[in-house]
Amino acid sequence: MSSAQNFGYLDEYAKKEVRRSALKAVAIPGYQVPYSSREMPMGRGFGTGGLQLTLSLIGPQETLKVIDQGSDDSVNAVNLRSFIEMTCPGIDTTTKTAAASLIQSRHRIPEQPLREDQIIVLQVPYPDPLVLVEPSEDKRKQMHGEMDYSRLLVKLYEDMVRFDEITISHRYPTRINGQYVLDPSPIPRWDVPKMNHAKALILFGAGREKKIYAVPPYTDAEPLVFSDVPFRVEDFTDEAGNRRACRICGCRSSFLDEYNDSRTGETVYQCSDADWCQEFSQSSDLNRGGSHE
Amino acid sequence: MGYVAIKGGGRAIAGTKDVFDHLRTRQGEAGTPLNTDTIEQQLRLLHSRVLSEGGVYAPQLASLALKQAQGDTLEAAFILRAYRSTQPRLTETPLLDTTKMRLTRRISAAFKDIPGGQMLGATTDYHLRMLRMELLKESPEEFRRISRDWFSSAAESDLPDSFPKVLDGLRRQGLLPQPDVAAAEREPFDITREPLIFPVPRSAALATMARAEQGSLLAIAYSNMRGYGDVHPTVAELRVGYLPVLLPHPITGELTEVGEVEMTECEVIAMYEDNADQSKAVFTLGYGACYGHNEVKAISMAILDRALQAGVKSGPRNPSEDPEFVLLHVDGIDSMGFCTHYKMPHYVTFQSDMDRLRTTQKKQTDKEQG
Repeated sequence: MSSAQNFGYLDEYAKKEVRRSALKAVAIPGYQVPYSSREMPMGRGFGTGGLQLTLSLIGPQETLKVIDQGSDDSVNAVNLRSFIEMTCPGIDTTTKTAAASLIQSRHRIPEQPLREDQIIVLQVPYPDPLVLVEPSEDKRKQMHGEMDYSRLLVKLYEDMVRFDEITISHRYPTRINGQYVLDPSPIPRWDVPKMNHAKALILFGAGREKKIYAVPPYTDAEPLVFSDVPFRVEDFTDEAGNRRACRICGCRSSFLDEYNDSRTGETVYQCSDADWCQEFSQSSDLNRGGSHE
Repeated sequence: MGYVAIKGGGRAIAGTKDVFDHLRTRQGEAGTPLNTDTIEQQLRLLHSRVLSEGGVYAPQLASLALKQAQGDTLEAAFILRAYRSTQPRLTETPLLDTTKMRLTRRISAAFKDIPGGQMLGATTDYHLRMLRMELLKESPEEFRRISRDWFSSAAESDLPDSFPKVLDGLRRQGLLPQPDVAAAEREPFDITREPLIFPVPRSAALATMARAEQGSLLAIAYSNMRGYGDVHPTVAELRVGYLPVLLPHPITGELTEVGEVEMTECEVIAMYEDNADQSKAVFTLGYGACYGHNEVKAISMAILDRALQAGVKSGPRNPSEDPEFVLLHVDGIDSMGFCTHYKMPHYVTFQSDMDRLRTTQKKQTDKEQG
């Protein structure tokens, strides 16, 4: 079977349809374009939407990076990357953000700012931010059409009343180009500002929910807020009010994962973006104390 | 030097594959590899289920998928579906006529005396569910004897044939709505080429249910049967058999039989209602059909078809009448994929969750302390 297998696994009609949907998504920023998502040989929810976009866009000269939770070496990233390598002979893969022309990611936008010649594909479990307040897709579609996000704003307001805080931790609803509000995939709030006027094209693929949408380069992307309640990213300051640093590379400007050191029992912090951490370790070795901004 | 959060993912993945495959051979030296024909023939109903949920009629590949998945129906159906994604569609059959089915079983719960008669065929419906201990040590000789004797004692007149549909008689008596001729001429909705955008036509609902997961269909149909709905179905006809598949001949264009697919088909009659198009009230109908021998699935599907039609007409009064609720939750591949994805790391989002909770707690503490 492998000898007869198509470049990019999917048959050509399927890939063409995905590309056409992606073009439409770019043309209408933030709009969820329905497409007939195919079953991929990995679980729905493991990145099949992103994978269909990647396989439809990738060509033999492309350099691909795949990340999951910021890491190139987590099992899902490894699995997706080796599947793409297997079905797309001739492509190059990399773990370096700067070297990639195409990046498929789950849950993170790299810390390293992206360039105009790069495309980032985000895997999406729930494409529609309105699902928080309305289960029927039919009704949600109408709400998007009328730009009726009032119930979402009411939810944010109710959060303030109950908890004094907006409780949405990740997949923060974001208005694109002053119009549609999209679900930016389960990226932390930390990554949301990176979508605003990004230089790279950001594509979103929801395989199970059969939707593709996009934030084109240089497009407004504003998290939903009230004028007196500013949008806040995750806070990594310690009790003394100092910004925590990554225990590996010392970076004080990245999104951190926290965990318990099993030997000391202490809570420790590390960069979530593995490539960033590695690059920073190297550059700080060369240039001790240097800033990494 | 360098650091990555989780190293060795590739080796770990290879390890999971190896140990999974090893468990297949746990019988050790005494074991014999499972023959795919054995799966198809001896685990007939398991095979049917996978064939139907896989959504592609490939009996041998369904057996292979079952062997590979070590009997997990959802996994096996999933493997078949993923294979399907690689296959281009070359042509389409015209509408196939199920009166032409070569039947192995057909019953009606609506009428005692149906044209052609009731034909029980192979069913477990009347089995006493007692363990047949003799099968623990079934000898090959005994196996062969059963195989041989059935054919030698079967009369030619007992061999499968096709029969008229039970509903045709009722239709002639004016008890049923007339067939929707216009619907038969409309292009059917192809769920493999178009996403479901609600409202969807009935053909989209039927196609979705035809490859739905049997347990999901049954659960939602059961909710309708026992209280969250009121489809009180009578099985007009349930048939199992082989349906000839016709394609235009590439040269002459004449319709030519290219093979047959085993199918289960069910038509249910439900309570009558006013009919806007006809002067008199008539019964309502529900339809179910799927690949293989899956009676519970076909009946559940027919009940849900009726429930969904009622929901579309008068607005859903319960989950089983809501097309979005039913059709977006019955696919086994979608639902099991999303369920298993929760085993994947969620470090980043959980970090973000903790940030929100800590901030909230801090604000609450500050408030308490005034």
